[in-house]
Amino acid sequence: MTRNFSIWPVVLILLLISAPIVIMYSYLALGTVTTTEPGDLLPSKLALDNWRFLFDTSTAAGNIWIATLNTFVFAASIMVIVLTVSATGGYAMSRLNLPFRRFVLSGIMVMHAFPSVTLIIGVFLVLQFTGLYDTMIGVILVKASLMLPFGIWIMKGFYDAVPWEIEMAGVQDGASRFTVWRRLILPQVRAGLVALGLFAFLDGWGEYVLPRILAPTNDFRVLSIVLELVGNPDRTNYDFDLFKTVGVFYTLPVLVIFVFFQHRLMDIFGGGTKG
Amino acid sequence: MQITLKNFTKSFDGNVVIDRMNLEIRDGEMLALLGPSGCGKSTTLLAISGIHRVNGGQILFGDRDVSNLPSQKRNVGVVFQNYALYPHMNAYENIAFPLQVRGQSKTEIEKAVGQIAALTHIEPYMSRRPGQLSGGQQQRVALARALVRRPDVLLLDEPLANLDAKLRLEMRSEIRRIQQETGITAILVTHDQVEAMSMSDRIAIMDQGEIMQISTPDDMYRNPVNRFIAGFMGNPPIVMVDGRVEGTAFETTSGFRLPLPGRLGGLKHGRPISIGIRPEHFGSTGAHTVAGTISFVEPQGRESHFDVRVGEGVVLRSIQPSRRDVAVGQPVEWPIDIESTLVFDEQGKTL
Repeated sequence: MTRNFSIWPVVLILLLISAPIVIMYSYLALGTVTTTEPGDLLPSKLALDNWRFLFDTSTAAGNIWIATLNTFVFAASIMVIVLTVSATGGYAMSRLNLPFRRFVLSGIMVMHAFPSVTLIIGVFLVLQFTGLYDTMIGVILVKASLMLPFGIWIMKGFYDAVPWEIEMAGVQDGASRFTVWRRLILPQVRAGLVALGLFAFLDGWGEYVLPRILAPTNDFRVLSIVLELVGNPDRTNYDFDLFKTVGVFYTLPVLVIFVFFQHRLMDIFGGGTKG
Repeated sequence: MQITLKNFTKSFDGNVVIDRMNLEIRDGEMLALLGPSGCGKSTTLLAISGIHRVNGGQILFGDRDVSNLPSQKRNVGVVFQNYALYPHMNAYENIAFPLQVRGQSKTEIEKAVGQIAALTHIEPYMSRRPGQLSGGQQQRVALARALVRRPDVLLLDEPLANLDAKLRLEMRSEIRRIQQETGITAILVTHDQVEAMSMSDRIAIMDQGEIMQISTPDDMYRNPVNRFIAGFMGNPPIVMVDGRVEGTAFETTSGFRLPLPGRLGGLKHGRPISIGIRPEHFGSTGAHTVAGTISFVEPQGRESHFDVRVGEGVVLRSIQPSRRDVAVGQPVEWPIDIESTLVFDEQGKTL
């Protein structure tokens, strides 16, 4: 690689700008495994007390593993729904001669532009009516469908980039439209599916508002709700260190996913932007 | 297998692109559909392959009417202009795909793919992906994939357009060889007359959705039915001079005169006609001579092209074995082979 400017001023500026965030996060992480005397800047000794909640269900966090599993199931279900519908719907939007195609496409665009919170009353009514209110299935369906406009649009972009001739060749080779889609077209949009799946999973993992509002009393607690319970300062056994530690625990999987898949996530911006 | 189009009609959103076309491709022959872009040749090809539905008329494979059959049931092999290889499969998997879809057994597939790979000379590259193959190799894989299930007809859509000049020559003869070895009926779509002439048994020239002439390459070059075809065939192209009949001669408004070929006696005096002179018929042999000055020389190595100004606004082109004894601005008097010239009437029909 040839550089026509030196790299260190850029690094320096980026470091300066991100310093506050970096410092805060490192203190947050550090604070969960150490104790610091009041008034001191640096921690004085190592202490793993705060992580006791991992084994001890008597803390305010309750059984953290059940909540983790719940969150995982929640995020994974959203991911599966978003992937299935976007993979098929995006293909239909891109390739099939549907009636009202333009109308549906612009509808998807409008949906994409809406903040989900503005729909919450309508969603609430629908859930009440269908009897899905206060159930996790209801929340999953709502969350997934709110993500679908984004997913379908992204996947349509990826499908648009696949040449028509590949499809024609497949049909000519004797394969049905479905086989062509599954064996020839789907592999071409794999990058999009991976990125979209990660997005959907991470979005589901971090979701707080919908479970809080649409399933307030349900036993199916996800981590964000647990975090809210733990972080409620009105509780008698309020423990700020526990709150911090659960927060870090909640973030770890996201960090791991980012570390492993960051370049995959960028694919969405590389390939799927053609509308 | 013989392919027949009967009154084939195709329209897009109400615009008729091809109106009642009739075409017959004989068993085992390679027919070139030649024409400028937008003339409907690719539309015809895609209709035969089954990707475009026909709006009227019939398409027959042998005696079987396939007009309303989907592509999957037609048994047609297509080589697309960009080859349309499946990027995520290697060459072997690409070629095997049509057979897998049909549910053939592994050993059968291996045998068939091996045979076709030998025919198309691609055995060393079988485990490579299309991205790792050169243009010519991709083309061979595409051919192999189209041929592996022994289609009734092979369709080639501008197969050489994406290759560089040297590979184009090589693949031209390769495609012809493979077609002749397999004895398959083939249709070649191209806008390049050299390609059409060198690869096919017969050429069908199309313009604006109509077939103007079907003939062998030689015959079409010598006896084009109209001015359009005469202009399309041959490179460098034929030179057209407009004028009218003056007794047994042809004269332009600026006074340039040429005798008419002997076969055309008794044309009405004063009738507007145009005369077409191919470059090889000017400058080498012939009874009549024409005087002029050389206005442009284009050396080509083995041969030279000359533009000769023979009158007010009349420039004839000559192609001769390379010579250095003439230069731009020099006056020359060269013979014209009058009997080989082509004469067209006002509507452009050959007389």
